[in-house]
Amino acid sequence: MNHIPYVNMSRTGTKLDWKKVNSELFTLTYGALVAQLLKDYENVEDVNKQLERMGYNMGIRLIEDFLARTGSGRCYDFRDTAEKIQTGFKIFLGITPVIANWSAAGDEFSLCFESNPLTEFVELPDHCLNLKYCNILIGILRGACEMVQMEIACWFVQDQLKNDNVNELRVKFIKRLEDAIPAGED
Amino acid sequence: MRQQIVDTKISSHVSGEADECLFEYLHTEMVNYTLSKSVNKKEKEEELCRLEWMGFSVGYRIIERLTRECSRFKDELDMIKFICTDFWISLYHKQIDNLRTNHHGVYVLQDNSFRLLEKVGTNSNKQYLQESPRLLAFTCGLLRGSLANLGIISTVNAEISTLPTCKFHVQVQQI
Repeated sequence: MNHIPYVNMSRTGTKLDWKKVNSELFTLTYGALVAQLLKDYENVEDVNKQLERMGYNMGIRLIEDFLARTGSGRCYDFRDTAEKIQTGFKIFLGITPVIANWSAAGDEFSLCFESNPLTEFVELPDHCLNLKYCNILIGILRGACEMVQMEIACWFVQDQLKNDNVNELRVKFIKRLEDAIPAGED
Repeated sequence: MRQQIVDTKISSHVSGEADECLFEYLHTEMVNYTLSKSVNKKEKEEELCRLEWMGFSVGYRIIERLTRECSRFKDELDMIKFICTDFWISLYHKQIDNLRTNHHGVYVLQDNSFRLLEKVGTNSNKQYLQESPRLLAFTCGLLRGSLANLGIISTVNAEISTLPTCKFHVQVQQI
């Protein structure tokens, strides 16, 4: 390759806001992934499952990042958990969902948010009505919580892509996971 | 300029846009998914073109948004320079370390510490060298897609000799 000469790269131009670009890169990349999955699977349900699985894999890593950045310790109770999840949304997606609709037992709450970076350039065509476009979020939450010994379930109650006014993500506490005994010890 | 980049990095989790690591994790999952579609090695390489295709469609779209406020490019080289500087800085947080061209449609873009390879290994570590090319397929597509929307039809290949350095070879199709 030595016969190819170097070029001076300097040019006059505009400086881009890379934080915004980064968010768009994520949005568009996610969109390309969903499009690819829709091509690969015949069944929309399988796409939903695959998105959740990928989210789960991301979540179990993302939690490390979250804990390192925030330096937060264990959650006292589920309300504390809700606030930490809210912080997570703020750090990673730049949105602050509202915590609402607590169940009487205090084991279920909703996260409501109006803007969703994941769906910024998205419109669902009619044949995709069963597609849970943002299922990756659900996987991420589940994976992240599992790493801090908490089993949760979550699902979208309202979704702007399906013409609801807001996005409402419902989170339910299932159980505490006990520390497993290391293999080979009693 | 370097200082500037460091500063925005620190403040990024205060104002917080889709945080950078989110893209990295997503990218990893896409690579995993693509590779999981096949068993043997030969097929795996074919599967990488799906990753390249996803990159292409992202590149094709994102360049449109990035160049909205740009003045018109003078020529092909000017476009490539834009890719090496502004484009690369906003996507990969640093500019391409050096660019070579034979002025006949061949461009070599070298990045000495490519964002998606940075955490895989350093010079002395050859452990993951063999697996690393799969981390470049998406970016090859991204480059090809971006250039395509700027009106340049090309093929893009990548090469790694030592981590985390990589070279992208852009071959423009002359019409």
